[in-house]
Amino acid sequence: MIDMFYAIFDPDNLFLKYAFIMGALASISFGIIGTFVTVKKIGYLAGAISHCVFGGIGLALFLQVNAGLTWFDPMLGAVLAAIIAAVTVGLVSLHAKEREDTIIGTLWAVGMASGILLIDRTPGYFNLGSYLFGDILLISSKDLLYVACLDALILGVSIIFFNRFFSVCFDSEFTSLRGINTTFFYLLLLILTALTVVLMVRIVGIVLVIALLTIPSAIASFYAKRLWQMMIYSCLLCALFTWTGLGLSYSWSLPSGPTIIVLSGAAYLVLLVIHKLLKSY
Amino acid sequence: MHNDHEITLKNISFAYKQRNVLENVDLVIKKGEFASIVGPNGGGKTTLLKLILGLIKPDKGVIRIFGKPPDKVRQQIGYMPQYAHLDMNFPAIVMDVVLMGRLKKSNLWFSRKDKNEVLTAIDEVGMTAFVNTEFNELSGGQKQRILIARALCSNPAVLLLDEPTANVDHETEENLFSILQKLNSKMTILLVSHDLGFVSKYVKSVICVNRQVVIHPTTLINGAMIKDIYHGDLKMVRHDHRCSEEGHTHD
Repeated sequence: MIDMFYAIFDPDNLFLKYAFIMGALASISFGIIGTFVTVKKIGYLAGAISHCVFGGIGLALFLQVNAGLTWFDPMLGAVLAAIIAAVTVGLVSLHAKEREDTIIGTLWAVGMASGILLIDRTPGYFNLGSYLFGDILLISSKDLLYVACLDALILGVSIIFFNRFFSVCFDSEFTSLRGINTTFFYLLLLILTALTVVLMVRIVGIVLVIALLTIPSAIASFYAKRLWQMMIYSCLLCALFTWTGLGLSYSWSLPSGPTIIVLSGAAYLVLLVIHKLLKSY
Repeated sequence: MHNDHEITLKNISFAYKQRNVLENVDLVIKKGEFASIVGPNGGGKTTLLKLILGLIKPDKGVIRIFGKPPDKVRQQIGYMPQYAHLDMNFPAIVMDVVLMGRLKKSNLWFSRKDKNEVLTAIDEVGMTAFVNTEFNELSGGQKQRILIARALCSNPAVLLLDEPTANVDHETEENLFSILQKLNSKMTILLVSHDLGFVSKYVKSVICVNRQVVIHPTTLINGAMIKDIYHGDLKMVRHDHRCSEEGHTHD
């Protein structure tokens, strides 16, 4: 472990330093949005959005290569797909009461499958594994800037509308009776979730996005008395898991994404059992 | 339009999936009323409450509250939902929950005045000792009281309650109703209850809903009337809460 600390500050290992900074920056967005996703129980919606993002990336790559639309880069495709998916999924969850999970499950699967089909029909080599689990070691300084901007946006909106989001998540019906436009704030929350997913999918992959959105917040919910406390605990736990995961993956030459997932998943299961035991005695 | 008519429903019909839940309902609630909506499951009790709140729109007919459409006067209506609809793992303390009653379109943040109003409302339901307690650690009856406080802290003229006595024990029921009786001196109260026998001791009139609506003063309630509402014989348990020393008798 000690040699890892030297490695971080070794100028030849710039990628490692970037990975650690990214871990810290990403934790802010994951902690805040993950808390909302957990208390509003929309992890399933976030999953559907992230898989639709994959469809958007596929479409962008396909059009870039096959149709010569060079301006249509995968990032743009991902953002468009994410926002369309967020609004669609949000409206479905509000209006299609009985068929909600079927429709969202379909969007989830079709988003993913169309992404794979489009990438298959695009000449060139694309590593599908890096979309699923990400490649945190390929992070550039531009990525750090993007994620810092996302953090600023999410922190800003969440602080300004904290009471609105709190109320919409806790008791949407009562909130609308107080004259607040709950549909707007619910969709805004989903769009923020979508933006978080987009920026992070490129870096940590689809599977890791879901894990880091839900697991730290799930653990935080054992200990937090209030919503803002849960957000702070989630951010800290998220940073702890990504850093420890990165450290382990560097020391033992393991792929970073799966290491972080297994580590945080194991921590969650252990703490869940301890929490249940403590509660029953 | 009479000045003392706070809530009026004129010729209201509402259907859900081609099934008529309410048919040609007329109803007037006067200022200072303390009424309970009772009726069988699926008879339209909750639908009636949601129509008055403006959460759903009637297929036919007109609803007026203080002479205006429901969604225009929402700020003056206090509403207590059933606590069972809320997430039991949500991280929030009592203060956070009651502050929701002070939400306003114009204010993003709660002021000192909002917090003072919240403390007054919590005091009114006798829960001052629990301001910083986690909402989910409270018992069912305590949660109901906190949700009443949340409805109260916007100083409403009308208070609507959905099953305030669901899932609470007997003593808690009595306690809740004595709070409501006290509040009735300041505001009109309309509640939904499945428990006709119990509420009739406290409320001034009973609104029976089973697709149609009939209003009875509580003094006139008897077995024949209940049979009429529920369309059939019911196993009725009377609990008058006033037992003589020899115990009580059923008739």
